[in-house]
Amino acid sequence: MRAVTKVEGTAYPWGAKNVDTDVIIPAHWLKTISRSGLGRGAFETIRAQPDNIFDDSRYAGSPILIAGDNFGCGSSREHAAWALSDMGVVAVIAPSYSDIFSGNAVKNGIVPVVLPQAAIDRLVEVAKTNIVTVDLETMTVTTPFQDRFTFDLDPFRRQCLMEGLDEVGLTLARDTQISNFETAMAEHRPWIENRSGYAGTIVEGDRRT
Amino acid sequence: MASRPQTLYEKIWAAHVVERRDDGTCLIYIDRHLVHEVTSPQAFEGLRAAGRTVRRPELTLAVPDHNLPTTPRVDAAGSVLPIADKESAQQLDALRRNTAEFGIDYIDATAAAQGIVHVVGPEQGFTLPGTTLVCGDSHTSAHGALGALAFGIGTSEVEHVLATQTLLLQQAKTMEVRVDGTLGFGVSAKDVILAIIGRIGAAGGTGHIIEFTGEVIRNLSIEGRLTIANMSIEGGARAGLIAPDDTTFAYLKGRPMAPKGADWDRAVAWWRTLATDPGAVYDKVVYLHADDIAPSLTWGTSPEDVVPITGVVPEPTSFADPSKQAAAQKSLDYMGLTPGTRMQDVPVQHVFIGSCTNSRIEDLRAAAAVANGRHVADGVRALVVPGSGLVKRQAEAEGLDRVFVQAGFEWREPGCSMCLAMNPDKVPPGERCASTSNRNFVGRQGPGARTHLVSPAMAAAAAVTGRLADVRDLMETTA
Ligand code: SF4
Repeated sequence: MRAVTKVEGTAYPWGAKNVDTDVIIPAHWLKTISRSGLGRGAFETIRAQPDNIFDDSRYAGSPILIAGDNFGCGSSREHAAWALSDMGVVAVIAPSYSDIFSGNAVKNGIVPVVLPQAAIDRLVEVAKTNIVTVDLETMTVTTPFQDRFTFDLDPFRRQCLMEGLDEVGLTLARDTQISNFETAMAEHRPWIENRSGYAGTIVEGDRRT
Repeated sequence: MASRPQTLYEKIWAAHVVERRDDGTCLIYIDRHLVHEVTSPQAFEGLRAAGRTVRRPELTLAVPDHNLPTTPRVDAAGSVLPIADKESAQQLDALRRNTAEFGIDYIDATAAAQGIVHVVGPEQGFTLPGTTLVCGDSHTSAHGALGALAFGIGTSEVEHVLATQTLLLQQAKTMEVRVDGTLGFGVSAKDVILAIIGRIGAAGGTGHIIEFTGEVIRNLSIEGRLTIANMSIEGGARAGLIAPDDTTFAYLKGRPMAPKGADWDRAVAWWRTLATDPGAVYDKVVYLHADDIAPSLTWGTSPEDVVPITGVVPEPTSFADPSKQAAAQKSLDYMGLTPGTRMQDVPVQHVFIGSCTNSRIEDLRAAAAVANGRHVADGVRALVVPGSGLVKRQAEAEGLDRVFVQAGFEWREPGCSMCLAMNPDKVPPGERCASTSNRNFVGRQGPGARTHLVSPAMAAAAAVTGRLADVRDLMETTA
């Protein structure tokens, strides 16, 4: 994963609330077996409307998206993060996110910045004509004016973003701890491992009509 | 011996901590992992690219559901029929190949046990109380109905679980949603969860794990509890929990993948200790009373847009929050509704009975009771899609399929179907559907489709009347 410390550039001054994952990437785009190319389907239903923000030449290719409460609600589809990534978005700024989306965002090098509604309102105004800067070093969002909004991010997530860490690799290094847990589990909750039925085989169809 | 009283969530969490990091993040062991075709290909691809294996393949179960057409899967001669949509076929193929390559149990589309992941898990006894269970699908929350800490994950997390059988998580806050009293005539589990979401809002549970408690929840069957926990995510909570009790144990006993013999006895003994201790404190508490819950439905494009069926389309100005007013106006434009219209006067062109929210045997029985002896109204297309092959067989054994077919409903093969616009079952643009699924988002059932979320009985009532209807009026006239 590519590391990200600072995101600077134009921002989609959107501010919409409850932007759900079906809006970010409609289900028919989910039939892909690859992670790339989903930018073409991003915000398809919004883009079908005339004068939409995403096809506005002033904002095209913006690395930042400003949205309202509960961004990314709905399904767990990581395709939403892949689609944003593919369209060039590296940071989203919103008052709140669905829990699953913010996790997915971080895993794909997208910074989910949380700021209060008042800051969002101000940034939406500024972004119509000016650039916005998200800095993970200083944990601030700034504008060319005097605006300076600080935000919080879980330290581990911040580190993963700034160093572009591979979480699977990090956890695999904890193999001893996991194995110890499994040994204890085999003793205290043996039924977890002694799963009966269909063990180790592909369950083929029984050719019903 | 814990001295401080603990909630059900805290107990399950504590039993699964592999390691606690300095920043409070925990490495949590995952007992059960369900996999379907849509959110897994990139995870298997990631494993392959990094030369990694699946740590505990026997703790994962795969079943195709989202993409599968719900038309017959084999012809009269028993040959498997091809899937017309190339991309769907490719994704379904990938699941079969990936599970074979990594040694994961896989239930084929032509197997009787196939169905929607969230129907299959409980039905097979794969879902167990006190387990951590994940799936690359947000409605994994459903499994919380059996007292499993179950939640949806993204594809990177699917890869993480496959490789390590763990997830890095922050402990969530807890929220009790307690529903006291006794449900009124014609009121179902679906109405209860719609009422809850209407009350707490679509983001009300964000950052929380909901535990559903109270007399109403206790008296529900596992099917009803699954409907409730399923839609925790529509209330913003990643997971919903219901304490396991005798109803849970009776449901699980003898299921193919449930513990057997001495394992069963030990498991039940442990499961009984999981219920929230008296005096344990939740971060948030919400009370509802059954007397205040009527057969309900949604009018807008957020699951929080709930009204009783006796209600009217609301005026956007009736909401205090100005941004909600704007959202309501947009919803109404999309839904093609005028404020003040009685919900019961709104005609529908489609009815969908199915999805992991409402496609189990009880749901089909409730719908069939309303459909029995009636006929689908002119101009309405009504689909009944059982949640699994086993539900389908059971329904056929009870003659429910004949009731539906005689009433003019289509009787289909199991899958996600019209719940999401990913397979051939879609609602055309501008048309309206009474649906037993869980999401009424813009475009969810197809571009431009208008969705009203309802219970199975209410869906059947809409089918036979051709409009959104109060099922109680029809039930009163059922002999
Ligand atoms: S039925 Fe609908 S909500 Fe349930 S798993 Fe399938 S697509 Fe998701």
